[in-house]
Amino acid sequence: MALSAADRALVRALWKKLGGNVGIYTTEALERTFLAFPSTKTYFPHLDLSPGSAQVKALGQKVAEALTLAVDHLDDLPGALSALSDLHARKLRVDPASFKLLGHCLLVTLARHYPGDFSPALQASLDKFLSHVISALASKYR
Amino acid sequence: MSLTKTERAIIVSMWGKIATQADTIGTETLERLFLSYPQTKTYFPHFDLHAGSAQLRAHGSKVVAAVGDAVKSIDNIAGALAKLSELHAYILRVDPVNFKLLSHCLLVTVAARFPADFTAEAHAAWDKFMSVVSSVLTEKYR
Repeated sequence: MALSAADRALVRALWKKLGGNVGIYTTEALERTFLAFPSTKTYFPHLDLSPGSAQVKALGQKVAEALTLAVDHLDDLPGALSALSDLHARKLRVDPASFKLLGHCLLVTLARHYPGDFSPALQASLDKFLSHVISALASKYR
Repeated sequence: MSLTKTERAIIVSMWGKIATQADTIGTETLERLFLSYPQTKTYFPHFDLHAGSAQLRAHGSKVVAAVGDAVKSIDNIAGALAKLSELHAYILRVDPVNFKLLSHCLLVTVAARFPADFTAEAHAAWDKFMSVVSSVLTEKYR
């Protein structure tokens, strides 16, 4: 299930369009994840998770930077995400199922903000891209 | 896992808008499903699944109509979908995993078409509602 040239082109084009706003969307995705799937809050007992929280925004920005890094290194996701992968495996230990939930909420968020662009083909490519990111993040768990 | 009063109200009120585009929403949901998750096509060897196919449109309508039936009997979804539940248990036998995929694609479709209405609260309510529908459809499997 490697990313085809078409997948890469679609993902890169969308990311270019998102520009500096990726953080806004990842923050919204996190808010949606915490609301729809409250079990995901278990990883953040140390944060204020109420809507509009500055800490959630900061977390959203971190996620945005990681995803942008991934988009910039589509040819070597495992390599680019290696440090984050170590972090998740050794310290954070987020259940990989939770990554999927965040991924779902991110797709919903992007669909809301870019309905004209969010074709079935773009959705499929993004979904594939996110699966690869999730794989890379969970690759060192065991 | 039952729906709160607030959740029911959100779903019923959004359904009013969704119903006006029911057929196209159904078709788009399936297009997204088959493109993002090609393994789901396994249940439709007898269909032409190309975009624009009459069978795709007809099936999309059926699916959304069933969701509509659940909304109209939101206080008794199990009763409303009893026949469909038997159909899925004894004849169709769709692997339960696929209901999550379909729900995801429906929510993405609805989010793209009704971005302002699809708030985080609405998203959580719809996700829960679709989980209930999926549970009802799979409850007679064993």
